[in-house]
Parts: sequence; structure tokens; C-alpha cells
Amino acid sequence: MLDYITSYLSSNVTPGQAGNWFWATVYVFVVFGGVAVVVLSMNWLERKALAHFQVRLGPMRVGPHGLMQPFADAIKLLTKEDIIPDQADKFVFWIAPLIILCAAFTVYIVIPFGPTHAITDLNIGILFMLGVSSLSVLGIVMAGWASNSHYPLIGSLRSSAQMVSYEVAMGLAVVSAILMTSLNASGTGTLSMIGIVQAQQEQHIWYVFKFFPLGLMAMVIFAIAMVAETNRAPFDLPEAESELTAGFHTEYSGLRWSLFMLGEYAAMGAVSSIAVTLWLGGWLRPFPNFLKGSFFDLVFSLFPGFTFLALAGFCFLGVVRMPKHPTFRIQTIGLAGFGAMLGLIGLVLFVTPVRVRVQDIYWFLAKVAGFMYLYIWYRATFPRYRFDQLMKVGWKVLLPAALAVLIVTAIVGVLF
Amino acid sequence: MTDPTTYISHLELGQPDKTYLDTNELILNMGPQHPATHGVLRVILRLDGEKVLGTECVIGYLHRGVEKIAENRTYAMFNPYVDRLDYVAAVSNGLGYCEAVEKLLNVEAPPRARYIRVILTELNRLASHMVWLGTHALDIGAMTPLFYTFRDREEILKIFEKYCGARLTTHAFRIGGCQYETYEGFEKDVKDFLDFVPPKIDEYEELLTTNRIWVERTRNVGKISGADCIALGVTGPVLRASGVKWDIRKAVPYSGYQEFDFEIPTGENGDTFDRYVVRMKEMRQSLRIIQQAVDGLPSGPIMAKVGKVIKPPVGEIYHSIEAPKGELGYYIVSDGSTQPYRVRIRPPSFVNLQALDLMVRGQLVADVIAVIGTFDIVLGEVDR
Repeated sequence: MLDYITSYLSSNVTPGQAGNWFWATVYVFVVFGGVAVVVLSMNWLERKALAHFQVRLGPMRVGPHGLMQPFADAIKLLTKEDIIPDQADKFVFWIAPLIILCAAFTVYIVIPFGPTHAITDLNIGILFMLGVSSLSVLGIVMAGWASNSHYPLIGSLRSSAQMVSYEVAMGLAVVSAILMTSLNASGTGTLSMIGIVQAQQEQHIWYVFKFFPLGLMAMVIFAIAMVAETNRAPFDLPEAESELTAGFHTEYSGLRWSLFMLGEYAAMGAVSSIAVTLWLGGWLRPFPNFLKGSFFDLVFSLFPGFTFLALAGFCFLGVVRMPKHPTFRIQTIGLAGFGAMLGLIGLVLFVTPVRVRVQDIYWFLAKVAGFMYLYIWYRATFPRYRFDQLMKVGWKVLLPAALAVLIVTAIVGVLF
Repeated sequence: MTDPTTYISHLELGQPDKTYLDTNELILNMGPQHPATHGVLRVILRLDGEKVLGTECVIGYLHRGVEKIAENRTYAMFNPYVDRLDYVAAVSNGLGYCEAVEKLLNVEAPPRARYIRVILTELNRLASHMVWLGTHALDIGAMTPLFYTFRDREEILKIFEKYCGARLTTHAFRIGGCQYETYEGFEKDVKDFLDFVPPKIDEYEELLTTNRIWVERTRNVGKISGADCIALGVTGPVLRASGVKWDIRKAVPYSGYQEFDFEIPTGENGDTFDRYVVRMKEMRQSLRIIQQAVDGLPSGPIMAKVGKVIKPPVGEIYHSIEAPKGELGYYIVSDGSTQPYRVRIRPPSFVNLQALDLMVRGQLVADVIAVIGTFDIVLGEVDR
């Protein structure tokens, strides 16, 4: 038994490929637990970042700088009365948020956080991701229909039309990246998520820079389509607050509503991961071409530790700036404790075996975090598109552009 | 009243289809509790998919019987009530009422009082337009301008608070002049504000005017011609955006507006974008007026000779001012007693709202929200 567990540690494939059930289970728990934690912290981060965009403070009361706010929200949502409208189709109403949640979480099975840090590596990984993540539209339509109410119905209809339109452009952009993976000596491409990143490693270029600006254009198209796919501003028509109150989840409250939110944020992370994997070199560290050699490898491997130390430093700065008043004593202690915890994690990340294993994950997550920040930025900046304009952008701008990028990429790939 | 179709008078509902797939129009009940109807407006929409085939407004959810209350109050006692009509532009309401009663009494506020009134009213116009801009942008999906405008509106409210102790429902004026002399540093505060706000207005414009999505969402949305505006009695920025140069401050000057140099911005297309541009320009014009007023603030008394008990002679009067939202009129009938016999208020929001159906027919649900926002309605004023 112990041999079975330890034997995996020396292998260099994902647990799914190695067929190691123990480690696969561990990875599943780690990844799904991690996603849940990320969603909670995204909740806090979005509120804080949005607040600072909008010259206000955001949550400040629950815990130091509102750090415990997500937990307070979670407790509130979990203890709320569970309302199912009288006229609703109860079974469908009940199952719709679960579908969205499952669709959003299942995608994480194939996301490569590092060459070995994925639950499994499917040889059709990217297809699996696109297929499963688009299942969430089913949940949205079911939610809108089952609510038996007008606003959710309109919201879900908008959503289905929107997702179908943007998936086409999204898929074409993905194809142009996959095309690039085949530009190697053997001429065979790959659909495996790990394979795509390895192809970028072999070709010594992130696909966002390949055939400049073709790779960049494909990524931008994907980045726009993925915002529409996840129903976020400026494409948040299905849940357009000012028009449809809350769109497809108007009738949902408490736990079920929180499942929708969980699914939404998980889906945001999932599509950002696709973008990072396809164009931004997944777990690869920046500047592998210019800054190579063991010295730079060492420098870049120290980044995770320093990031955590910097976060700890921010916390301690907050401790210093906290008002010196007995009312704030507990908050100050809490913030100091949080900072100490981050600092300790940072120190642990400097130790050699951890450092080597963690840096892939760090770079991947850092890139995904960049996309997540963009999501918040969009939300603070843009007004909402109207439905017909959304369709126009999808079919008349993004789709032809994606097609053109694909064709030109193919031609350029053959010629050079 | 549980059946939403009870109210449908002119919406010409089709008979429900008896087949399994009912392809009739959708009746959508928007409001009275809806995040974007600016209070408790209820709009019943007849939809074909997302296309609006007809609308019907149901109002009265905020009815407080203000006009009836007036008949049981003395002239001075009724003055604070008018602040509660258009609560984001309370100073304008007060100005209109005080001027109307003064006209009835045949007195005129002294010059210093008039200047103070103009300064406060124009500041209030700015505050009202800022609330409009923030909420309108929020309706269209841009969250951030709301917080910017409210941040800057705060500076105006601080001046109000320093002047008369209240921020929102100010009751700033008194029949015959002003209740309070300006506080020490009033002129400095106003001048500081005049320096402070133009870059902020630039900032709003930077966020929206050239924003592609904003322009697409507002251009050619809710178009209305000048002739239709006049036919429906629409006034204010909505009328001016349709190209009609009508501003009561210029047309029938009151409170000494003829002494100030300012322009009336007008639009051409009469769409939501033009209304946005007109209001943005109006904010800058208001700043000009305030600048002139505060520079030329005369000294002297702030109250005309008005008796302690206000007892206007028998008669009737209609007096209207240019409130931020349009023509705000007061029709007061006096029977010679201390209480008005009748006060009829002509609120701009209520009259402007008539044009809603004309402006949104054939457009999309999202446009209804944009058009409601562009009217800048306040339900306290619509329902009274």
C-alpha cells in the first residue's frame, strides 16, 4: 500500500496517466478545495478591487480589511431560508445550479498547473474543456425555465443565444492555437493541455507571440469570447441587474444562489486557464529565451516565496497603519496573524524541494490571476452591451476575425 | 389587482393561443420593485421576444397627497413639503414655490436674496444632474460613474449643510427672500467648488462620451422629435436635446436670471446620447452662472417686507421655473385666507413620462431602461 503511494512520487506523469488512484483522489480534493478557496478569495478581491476603482473602501468591518467577509457571506447564504417558488418546476429548479456547478468544476480535471500537476491529462483535453464548460448553458436555460417567471426566462434565452454565438468564435481561436502546436519536426499537433504547453516549450515561444500579431489576435478574440461565455460585464446580459433584476437566477436565493455564484467564478477561472494554457505558456516561467541559464532559473524560482513575503509585508504595513484604539485590537492581531501566516508560507516556499515543485503552479496561477483581474477591471469600466449589439459583435466582428486569423495562421504555418 | 392585465387598457392584448406552444406576446411587469425604474415606477411592457410592442406606466405608488396637504397648511407651512417632491433637487422646488407665493403677494425678493437663490439653485441643478448621470450610467451597466458623481455631489451637499443645516430636503428659501444670511466663508466654499468640479466633469466625460459601448447604447435610442416633445408637453433637457431652444431661465426670466450670461445647449437628434450631451453641457453652463453670481454677490437685506402671517389677496397665479428636469410650475389659488385654496403642481417628471411609450415602441427591453434613465424622473415628483 505504502509502495503504491510512494511509487508515484518519483514518476513524472500526472496521477491520472499513471493510473494511481490514491494520488488522483488527493489531487481531486486539492484542486476542488483550491478552487473553492480561490472563489472565496475572488469574492473578497472583486469587492475590494471594484471598491477601489470606485473611490470607496469596500468591506472593512468583518475582519481586518474585510478579510473574513466571504465567510460571513457564506454563513449568511447557507443559513438563509431555501425558497422554491410555488409555481416552479421543483426538480429542474433544484438540479439547474448543480449542473452549472458540475460543469464549471469538472473542467478543472484537465487543467495543467504544471507538467505533472494535473488530475489527469486527456489526449483531447482542450475539446473536453470546451465541451464541458459549454454545458453550463444547459443549467442556465433550465434555471430560467424552471423558475416559471418572466425575468429568468428572458435571461436564460439571452444566455443561450449568447453562449452559442460566442462559442463559435472561441472555438476558431482555439483551433488557430492548436494549429501552431503542429509546427514542429514531426508535424503532429496535440489537443492535450499538457502537450500544448510542452509544444510551446519546444518551440521556445508562447503562442501569444507566435507569428506576431496572429497569436495575439487569436488570444484577444478568445479573451473577449470568454467574457461573454462566462456572462461577465460587459456581456452580462443574462443577469443584467438593471434590466432583468438578476436574470436567470432572479428566483434563486440562499444556498442555491451561492451555487450559481460559485459556478460563475469557477467558470471564470476555468476559461482563464484555457487562455493561459493555449497562449501564455501555461506553467512556463516568463522570458525563458532571453534570461536563461541556471542563475535565472534560480531567480525565477524564488518568485513564489518573495510574492508571499510581499503579501505578508502588506499585511504588516496594514498593522502599522491600523488605528491605535482598543476597538481595533482584535482586527490588528488578526491582520498580524494573517501576515505571519503568509510570511511563513513564503519562507517554506524557499526550501529547495518545495521551491522546485511549486514554481510551475505559481506561474500558472499568476497568469490566471492576471485574467481574473481583467475581469474585475472590465466590470468597473464598461457599460453593458445591448442584446442586438452583442450578437453583432459576436457574428460580424469576432467570427470573421477568428476565421481570418485561423486561415492566415494556416498559410503562414505552411510557408514558414 | 393581482392580475397584471387589469391595467392594460390600450395594449391590445392578443387572445391566448390554445395550442400547446403559446406564441403570444409576453407581458412583462417591470416594477414597482425594480432596480432601474428610479423608485416605484411600474411599467407594463408588451414584448415580442425582446422587442417592445407597447408600454403602460402605472404610477401612484409614492402618492402622498401633497397637493391636498397644501390646502390644510399655511403658505409658510407648506414650503418644506415641496422639498419632498423632487428630493434630489429640493432647492429648485423651494424656489418655484417661494417665487409663486411672492408673485401672489406681489413682493419681490431683494437682490442679495435673488443671487443667493441663484447660486444654491444652480448648485442644486449640478447635484441633480450628477445623480442623473450616475444612475443613468448604472442603468446602462457602467457602475463606476455613480460613485464618482456621488463623491462630487457630496461637496455640493456640504455647502447646503453649512448654509441651512440640511443636505437633501433643504428648505433653503423663505417666502420673500432667504431664511439665512450666507455663512462665513460661503463665497470661498463656492469658489473652491467651482475650481474643483470642472476636472471632475471632464472625468465623467472621459469615462463615457467616447466610450464605444456607451455611444452604441445611447445613440438612436429613444428618439423623439421636437414637435412630438411640444405636443406631449415634454420640457427640460429632453426638449432641448430635440433641438428646441426653450429654457424658462431665458424665455421667461425669473429670480434675476436675465442678469447672467449663459447659453442654452441644444441637441439635434433627440436621442439618448444627445440628452446626455445636453445635460453635460448644462452642468458647465450652471458653473458659469454660479461664477457670475458669486462674483457679483450684492450686499443688502435678504428679506423683503413680508408680514408674519402670509395672507395673499384673492386671486390665482401660475409660476414656473426651469427645474433640472424641466418646467416646474405652481398654480396657486388664494381665497384670501392664510391657507391656499388649491395648489396644483406641474412636475416635469410626470409630464415627461408621457413620452415614454412613444420613445420605446419598437425598441428593445434594454432601451426601456435607458430611456427611463434619460428622462431623469423622480417618482416623488411624479406621484406627489
